[in-house]
Amino acid sequence: MSDTHAQTVAFVRETEIPEAAPPYAATGPVKWMRENLFATPANALLTVVAAYAIYLILAPTLPWILNGVWTANSLAECREILQGATGACFAVLTERWPQLLFGFKYPSELYWRPSLAFVLLFVAVAPVLFFDLPRKLLIFTGLFPFIAYYLIWGGTIFVPILALVGCLGGYAVYQRFVTGSFAAGFFGGIAAALLIWYIGGLLIPDGASENAMLTPVPSRDLGGFMLNMMLGVTCVSLSIPIGIALALGRQSSMPLIKVVCVVFIEFIRGVPLITLLFVASVMLSYFFPPESTVDLFLRVVIMITMFSAAYIAEVIRGGLAALPKGQYEAADSLGLDYPQAMRLIILPQALKISIPGIVNVAVGLFKDTVLVSVISMFDLLGMIRGPILASTEWNGVYWELLGFASLLFFVVCYGISQYSQWLERRLATDHR
Amino acid sequence: MKKSVILGALTVAGLSAGAAAAGTLDDVKARGKLNCGVTTGLVGFAAPDANGEWKGFDVAVCRAIAAAVLNDPTAVEFVPTTGKTRFTALASGEIDVLARNTTWTFSRDVDLKFTFVGVNYYDGQGFMVPKALGVSSAKDLDGATVCIQTGTTTELNLADFFRANNISYEPVPIETNAEAQQQYLAGACDVYTTDASGLAATRATFEAPGDHVLLPEIISKEPLGPLVRHGDDEWGDVVRWTLNALITAEELGVTSANVNEMAANTGNPEVARLLGTEGTLGDMLGLDAEWSKRAIAAGGNYGEVFAKNIGEETPIGLARGLNAQWTDGGLIYSPPFR
Repeated sequence: MSDTHAQTVAFVRETEIPEAAPPYAATGPVKWMRENLFATPANALLTVVAAYAIYLILAPTLPWILNGVWTANSLAECREILQGATGACFAVLTERWPQLLFGFKYPSELYWRPSLAFVLLFVAVAPVLFFDLPRKLLIFTGLFPFIAYYLIWGGTIFVPILALVGCLGGYAVYQRFVTGSFAAGFFGGIAAALLIWYIGGLLIPDGASENAMLTPVPSRDLGGFMLNMMLGVTCVSLSIPIGIALALGRQSSMPLIKVVCVVFIEFIRGVPLITLLFVASVMLSYFFPPESTVDLFLRVVIMITMFSAAYIAEVIRGGLAALPKGQYEAADSLGLDYPQAMRLIILPQALKISIPGIVNVAVGLFKDTVLVSVISMFDLLGMIRGPILASTEWNGVYWELLGFASLLFFVVCYGISQYSQWLERRLATDHR
Repeated sequence: MKKSVILGALTVAGLSAGAAAAGTLDDVKARGKLNCGVTTGLVGFAAPDANGEWKGFDVAVCRAIAAAVLNDPTAVEFVPTTGKTRFTALASGEIDVLARNTTWTFSRDVDLKFTFVGVNYYDGQGFMVPKALGVSSAKDLDGATVCIQTGTTTELNLADFFRANNISYEPVPIETNAEAQQQYLAGACDVYTTDASGLAATRATFEAPGDHVLLPEIISKEPLGPLVRHGDDEWGDVVRWTLNALITAEELGVTSANVNEMAANTGNPEVARLLGTEGTLGDMLGLDAEWSKRAIAAGGNYGEVFAKNIGEETPIGLARGLNAQWTDGGLIYSPPFR
């Protein structure tokens, strides 16, 4: 059979044809462009238009950025260097760099202190953000607020220690009473902490701050992006637990607690943040005698925290409402008491659902911290609008400064949003 | 809210157990620092420099008061205030004196219960036009487009002025000075109008300031000066006469350079009274005899302060104009030291 066949065919290939490269137009960038940019005539047209639009944007901005002046002492000097050519005057950023980051009054020899606190911040939040890290690191997270306070404000070390002792005391009381009743533990803990702070406050010797190891820095001297970071981190981390408490309180079956939470949330949500800030900065100073007001930074933190806590409470309430009723009943049927049911069954699920909403509030809150510039605190925007643009050297430099501010905020906000997306993927337990 | 009240009560208890209801002068002396309200930043009038040091025309007033009262021109706590927070800061006692280019008006004086102790700068609304427009008087501006900040008194003044002169204009509403600068340079409007000192400061930042002119017409009165709370006249007197000392010093030729020499050997009895070598003017104020000498030495007399911060030698380049001494045809005039 094969023999006859062999006679009839002139040529039989006995080896495989060597692999040839795919046609030029079906591979690499050309293929990618054909498929993605020039698939149809309409598509091609859009590509050309878009490319032209990009060109229009880049043509003036690229030379402006690349030609920028980085060393000069004033806008006039920048213009002299540029000789009429297009170019940014980034020299304002280099000259006022410490002011943009730390404000204009923070003592320059102490810049290492907030910088160190900033670095430690990452160590402190890492175990909270990434669960795979050893749980022991959480101890440092718990200590971080006191360390950061001590580093940034300085003064006597008794204040952060006292604050820490108050918190520990409150927690101990909470642990002791929570088995009896959640409310007793909760309010007992708060009362114990306040009592410890009050008694301890009387014990701290007068003038302890003056001869402390770290020079005290008053809140008024804080500023720049540091202030935004401090407000953002403090308020977000405070408002999440308060928001959870409010959301649970709103669902409570105890009428008093429920009414208090509902009134609080609805009132705060109905008032613009800027109004609350004005109350913090202006109205409260009427209620206290001069010389003995609550620190402005603290007042602002309280107001922003209340504001975002109300929003977060509503976000979390959405998460709670999304849980099937069976989850609550399952917790009850297991014989768990209220704190256990919440901690072990309800909240882990509700918070997971709420992540996008919480992150949304957090990002918005972080950006809202620039509002404090309206009540004459020198945050990043306040520094730019006030001292820097009002100096005779730099009056008139707008794009460079505001562009820099938006870049800083973008970096942080984009980071938060990327983290939340990672978190959602990490927590996805369904098999979609 | 509950929490903040508790914290507030705690702090109140922890800090000074009851602020004494003494006069502001005693408070300032006891504190060793003057709390002076300034703007959060206005070119030439008040702004911190690269070292965080406050400089400016209004700042100099604060420093002079601190020098007179506390013998130290640096013993000032500058409290930056915005247009919205300035009056509450003063009324609540957070600051002792407000030197924040604030216009002296009837309602602020009477209704808000402040005492304006004097005027350190006579401002007024002016116009800036490109030179290329070829306009030499605001009355030639018929049909012009005008950049104007909305919601300010300048808007009302502008309408009044054009109506009184029976000419028409087209307003281009803008929000801030920064925006105005961009709009004006982009040619969105022919004219930019705001306070004359602001116009001069804005023009100073242009790439080619020489291409723009300020028109001679000033269409409103904006007397700017330091102010204190009603009801503490002793303190008001200290601030008033510190400002007057600077003004009188210029009139009498006393400068920061020659103040010691003048105090030691002057034949002029008025200079002697001003500098405390004769009479007991300092005593009457509740200060020592050399108070005005220190105030003048701190930053110089009125003319020196003007020249250093906003005068023609600076980038802002304001002429003395209305703010010249009365002997030179201006409005700056101090009652006698007697």
